[in-house]
Amino acid sequence: MRRTLFWTAPLFVLVAVAALWAWSPAGAQGPVGTPSDDDVNVIAKQLYCPVCENVPLDVCPTQACAQWRETIREKLAEGWTEDQIKQYFVDQYGARVLATPPPTGLNWLVYVLPPLAILAGAYILLRAYRGWRRSPTQAAAAPPSPAEDPYVARLEEELRRRES
Amino acid sequence: MNEESTSAAETERRPRWGAILAWAFVIGLLAVLGVGLVRSQQGPIGVGTQVPDFTLTTFDGREIAVRDLRGQVVVINFWASWCRPCEQEAAELEQAYRMYKDQGVVFLGVNYVDTETEARAYMQRFGITYPNGPDLGTRISQAFRIRGVPETYVVGPDGELVAVRIGPYESLAEISATVEDALEQ
Repeated sequence: MRRTLFWTAPLFVLVAVAALWAWSPAGAQGPVGTPSDDDVNVIAKQLYCPVCENVPLDVCPTQACAQWRETIREKLAEGWTEDQIKQYFVDQYGARVLATPPPTGLNWLVYVLPPLAILAGAYILLRAYRGWRRSPTQAAAAPPSPAEDPYVARLEEELRRRES
Repeated sequence: MNEESTSAAETERRPRWGAILAWAFVIGLLAVLGVGLVRSQQGPIGVGTQVPDFTLTTFDGREIAVRDLRGQVVVINFWASWCRPCEQEAAELEQAYRMYKDQGVVFLGVNYVDTETEARAYMQRFGITYPNGPDLGTRISQAFRIRGVPETYVVGPDGELVAVRIGPYESLAEISATVEDALEQ
């Protein structure tokens, strides 16, 4: 009897542990609880609702935006990834919901113009700087001759007249 | 000295391609921005214009192409579940649909920037049975250049817009009067 108990006791313990594991929510298969507001806002801050222009979804106070955040929560709970959720919103409402527009069509201007403007500005500055450096050198190399300056000539003539 | 002045004159006469390209780019950019600005300032499409061609995929999966509805009066209502003014006309639109569905009048609901769960709950709350579907990618609302919801567009049998309503209808009588006018045309 004691021998049987010795061999069957670990089996009971194992079964009990397995039952506890199966019963506990952490051990359950599928969604791992409700995603927190922070989890939702990580994605929401990358989206804009077309109704409330210029207000990111994570701070937008309207009912429409609250519904969108709830949709994000539902999708996260279903195990969707960040990219899948963003793509869902693009499919539903268009690419304009994205905070960072995809580089297609006229959107590419957003990516090309700022670097172009910086390059153009740097080029203009460089040319201006070269111009500034050249001007004083040229002025030093060829100073205007006092004899050629009509003002100096008139001044000297006036002085001579007064001395005489 | 003569050679120097000749080369300087040649330099001045030579076209400055860099400047020309820069100006062409700036003018092109301004043109693009101007077109965008003009488009954004345009209001909704008006009475007398042809209805934009679109296909609505309803919540139950049907595809309704507006071009297939030629010869019928079509009432297109833009709405959203989060839109309080839309609630004012929701029941009346359903009543009007039931009144006119056997007289060659088609009602279409375009659900604007909404979530499907909330949209379905709204339709259930107001007992809406006429075809409704989401404005996928906001393409339909952009084609109509709507400014908000609710907005209702009534299309005559020839495909021309005969009435545009910005904001909710106040009563069933108002909807009926608009539909009757469209049927007479």
